Amino acid sequence: MDSKWRQLMTDMKSGSVPALSRLITRVESREPGWMEAMQEIFPDTGKARLIGITGSPGAGKSTLTSQVACILVEQGFTVGIIAVDPSSPFSGGALLGDRIRMRDVSCLEGVFVRSMATRGALGGLNQSARDVAKIMDAFGKDFVLIETVGVGQDEIEVVKTVDLVLVICVPGQGDGIQAIKAGVLEIANIFVVNKADREGADQVVLDIETMLELGSDSDALKPLIIKTIATRGEGISFLVDQTLDLLKTLDRKDAWQKNRIQEELIGLVEKEIVGLIKKHWNETGGLDRAVNQILDGESDPYSIAQKVTAPVAGFFKQK
Amino acid sequence: MDRTIRVLVSKVGLDGHDRGAKVIAYGLRDIGFEVIFLGIGHTPEQIVITALQEDVDAVGLFVLSGAHLPLTKRVIEGLKEKGGEDIAILVGGAIPDEDKTQLKEMGVLEVLTSGIRIDQVAQLINDHAFTRASHKRV
Ligand SMILES: Nc1nc2c(ncn2[C@@H]2O[C@H](COP(=O)(O)OP(=O)(O)OP(=O)(O)O)[C@@H](O)[C@H]2O)c(=O)[nH]1
Ligand SMILES: [Mg+2]
Repeated sequence: MDSKWRQLMTDMKSGSVPALSRLITRVESREPGWMEAMQEIFPDTGKARLIGITGSPGAGKSTLTSQVACILVEQGFTVGIIAVDPSSPFSGGALLGDRIRMRDVSCLEGVFVRSMATRGALGGLNQSARDVAKIMDAFGKDFVLIETVGVGQDEIEVVKTVDLVLVICVPGQGDGIQAIKAGVLEIANIFVVNKADREGADQVVLDIETMLELGSDSDALKPLIIKTIATRGEGISFLVDQTLDLLKTLDRKDAWQKNRIQEELIGLVEKEIVGLIKKHWNETGGLDRAVNQILDGESDPYSIAQKVTAPVAGFFKQK
Repeated sequence: MDRTIRVLVSKVGLDGHDRGAKVIAYGLRDIGFEVIFLGIGHTPEQIVITALQEDVDAVGLFVLSGAHLPLTKRVIEGLKEKGGEDIAILVGGAIPDEDKTQLKEMGVLEVLTSGIRIDQVAQLINDHAFTRASHKRV
């Protein structure tokens, strides 16, 4: 690690917010040295509890996240918030608007909010959001709340990496809970029926109950369903109490945790190996050559994939 | 430098019919920037804290109330005080010609008049972000 990284790490550890913020930028951008930085940060992680907040667009996720953070701060906790929005597939840019609804909380003492774009990297967001959460954890945040839109696979992946998942449903979306993609429903620890001031909230609760009846065996711990009105702060204290209770019962060493580490490890290794090969291809023009060979009928994708990974395969054969 | 450029866009003071902030926000997004949009109603202090948390390269302040001089001053001072002095400030909104020089003297990178093209704005921020990344950033 060069001196810039070193300086940022030292400043971050001594509580500097600009240093924390710049460290996040560098790690998120995968600037050279990020892996070493994460290695050094890792021993300081594991104290924060990660809560995922997901649901369809406009369900009230940001409003609710802000309210939950407020109550956690009132209870004496420090809170990091990661608000994820999609990058434009055309320009790669993004409009990150979650902070509009987080005004009151984002400047409270002990709160740090960071907006993140998905940046189009397949499955990449998963890991960088994880890394940002770890940096906040190492910085000393007691809780990290991660807001994502529950529509894409990427977002589901992010939510899978947290300790507890709140899925936000709202009445008046016509097809009710159908709006939430399968896969998100399965990972919910608590269902929040937000906008309970609107007609149809009880029907949404019933729909979720029915779905849970159908879906699970009777022994399994059923997710709670909690009604809220995020704009008025109603139901939020209860939600926070239930969330904290549930977190206490979750054992960090349980199977789910092992699973999570496994996934993270495999993801990192995949990225590293592919990254090395891409770098090599970029430097040598190998990718262009391979493509031309395939176009000219001299080779095929399968042979080339096998050839380019042969050194790795060879290494393991020796063992 | 292939780091994505990040910009904070905020309206300060009363909301008018001005669409400048949105035009700039969408325009910069379409050029490939990450734009953190704050909407209306944030104080200069909140804007400073947000800029630091988001590690933006530039802040676009859109002021319609006529209070652009004191507001800009407070943001610049706040950033200086909290370690964000290398973040560029751009000011838009209803800015009379005679105040432009004064804003520039305060250290504002550019005053966004309605005629300015989005690619010009992007280029200015881009150049600033580059010097920020290569020299000033820790
Ligand atoms: N009536 C009602 N409106 C609410 C409630 N909670 C949030 N809203 C409104 O719903 C709109 C969207 O709220 P956000 O918090 O931005 O929702 P979000 O899910 O974060 O939205 P995206 O991030 O854009 O997907 C805003 O206009 C809120 O004021 C609620 O409990 N009742
Ligand atoms: Mg939101």
